[in-house]
Amino acid sequence: MQSTSPNFKQNAKDALKDDPLQAALGKLTNGFPIRRLEAAARLPEFEDLRDAARDIKTHVLENLDLYLEAYEEKVIESGGHVHWCQTAQDARETILKICKDANAKTVTKSKSMISEEIAVNAFLEENGIEPVETDLGEYIIQLRDEPPSHIIAPAIHLSKEQVADTFREAHDDLDQDRSLEEPRALLEEARAKLRTKFLGADVGLTGANMLIAETGTNVLVTNEGNADLTNNLPRIHIVIASIEKIVPTLEDATTILRVLARSATGQDISVYTTFCTGPRQAKDLDGPEEYHVVLLDNGRTDMIGSEFHEMLRCIRCGACLNHCPVYKSVGGHAYGWVYSGPMGAVLIPNLIGMEEAQHLPHASTLCGKCESVCPMRIPLPKMLRKWREKQFKAEITAKTARWALKGWAWLAKNPKLYRMTMNLGVAVLGQFAPRGRFKSLPLAKGWTSKRDLASPAGDTFLTQYHNGPRGDQSGDLIRRGKIR
Amino acid sequence: MSGKALILGKIKSNLNRSDDLKSRAEIKNRIQAHAKGLIPKRGELPQAQRVALFCKEAQRVDASISELNGFNEIPAAVSDYLRDHQLPAKVKIAPHKELVDLDWDVNTSLMVEQGRGVGDDGVSVSLAFGGVAETGTLVMASGPETPTSLNFLPLDHIVVVRANEIAGNYEDIWARIREHQARTNAESALPRTVNWITGPSRTADIEQTLLLGAHGPQRLHILIVSEAPQ
Repeated sequence: MQSTSPNFKQNAKDALKDDPLQAALGKLTNGFPIRRLEAAARLPEFEDLRDAARDIKTHVLENLDLYLEAYEEKVIESGGHVHWCQTAQDARETILKICKDANAKTVTKSKSMISEEIAVNAFLEENGIEPVETDLGEYIIQLRDEPPSHIIAPAIHLSKEQVADTFREAHDDLDQDRSLEEPRALLEEARAKLRTKFLGADVGLTGANMLIAETGTNVLVTNEGNADLTNNLPRIHIVIASIEKIVPTLEDATTILRVLARSATGQDISVYTTFCTGPRQAKDLDGPEEYHVVLLDNGRTDMIGSEFHEMLRCIRCGACLNHCPVYKSVGGHAYGWVYSGPMGAVLIPNLIGMEEAQHLPHASTLCGKCESVCPMRIPLPKMLRKWREKQFKAEITAKTARWALKGWAWLAKNPKLYRMTMNLGVAVLGQFAPRGRFKSLPLAKGWTSKRDLASPAGDTFLTQYHNGPRGDQSGDLIRRGKIR
Repeated sequence: MSGKALILGKIKSNLNRSDDLKSRAEIKNRIQAHAKGLIPKRGELPQAQRVALFCKEAQRVDASISELNGFNEIPAAVSDYLRDHQLPAKVKIAPHKELVDLDWDVNTSLMVEQGRGVGDDGVSVSLAFGGVAETGTLVMASGPETPTSLNFLPLDHIVVVRANEIAGNYEDIWARIREHQARTNAESALPRTVNWITGPSRTADIEQTLLLGAHGPQRLHILIVSEAPQ
């Protein structure tokens, strides 16, 4: 998918002025985070489970090649096929070939971020195959030709009126005067439309929340049941998954499932958790006749052993998005690519390049909320800072910013000069703001256009520290116990 | 070089692991041991309290429940369910001996078909492999007598689960599935599809409004059967 990440600043400005988007994002704040807290409160072991989940993925990543081999062996043993794809292009072509070999006309799809990453829908369409997204949110944005704006709630940026307009336009065979005011009516319409698609599809394409090495199984988590109709009804089931989705055993998958839904939607567990292993078995009455797994690298092997290694623990729950002050203000589309929020700001530069995604690591206040809610305890702020550092070194950071930072660094390394400059600044600023605040200030418009800047009151901390409580420069003597 | 060799080679060189053979043995052992992880206390209740917790958790996520004293009570319970919800007197049952052999004639107007799910099935009756009290979850395993499509195509899904097969936690069900696969000389480590089902289908994709019955069943009714000891 073509990114608009270089336009992040403009995207963000537009998003702030987009009223329906702001209304939708407002609801997000009061939804997922509160439900997450409630779910965590109902499970005293939640924090310990987060540690356990983190440790599982840490162990897997240290042995990823070995686990991938073990996993492949089991898939083949159960009658499935594994396709190793280094690039998005490899994966697209592999999927197309499977579809063509099967003479497929339509492909039903359940939600997969990886399929967004490789932009498989457009590719299939170009080649005469109809891809149909079946997750309600994904279906809506497919009709609107938009990328998802949230990992688990892809259409969260839309109002029900916008959805109604989209349905009226897309479902032009239905009565134009029908009522689509209620979300229920929209759901019923989508359910009926998609039911026909489910029953008629030749291929079902799903993602995978996890791949289990012990059994060669893929795990699918949904609330709608769409992934189940997608993998069960068509003749062929294709799983597209990235290489870091591996976990060792059913028990390990279970531990991670205990933190996944709680972190994502605040449910104890999603409605449907499905474990698929190979094609249908000898006497089964249903299930696919062929089972393919497309394993995608697309830049992840470069992250192994790098400073972004830990990002590969991510299980795509979306908790960091739901809690991020920047995401909650601008939504997912501003980030300009498939992923968004703190995890997106770390991951996207790895996948599409640091220069293309240069603004994203700065789309953060480094408040640390993301790391505090991440079920896999990924140090997201640390990695955002790492990107900023790398940009500075690679001279991607703007010249003025680089000079300013260099100047500040020089000053900070000369304590005497630093203190002099600060004392001077405090004195001067104090002079010019008699009422203690600035309504505007040169070079600080970014701040003062939205709010006043408080002026420094009194002395710097260090001066006060030296002066001591009596203001007679006795601070040091008191600290040394010379006087009381 | 193949995609596989390139991907694995790159991982290996970036990991810079000291002893490959040792690691290989370690992960083999770890997989074979499949040790249990941390199991929450609420998943470790004694049998008597498990069923109560299962009911509470399942109802919390909008499932409904009837408790029966034997498989022979199932046809009447299904019939009552259809009447209470004003549904047509027609069900598709899983072709499982224990369901098929029941006396479905208690309600002579009830039409009972068996087989896998098809597009216009309204109500299905299937048999669970077990239940998990921890979250009120049903565990369904696919097989010749338990087709997966019955779990998803109908608008109303009725599931029979034995009270003594309601486990405290998911791990105990995995142990039972492994045992079952070994006992039946199954061709694969797992049945083709294992479904954990926790409440009826739902979505909140439109303005975060919670709606039941997105693509799967809109109602999930659970028949918990306690059988008198033989």
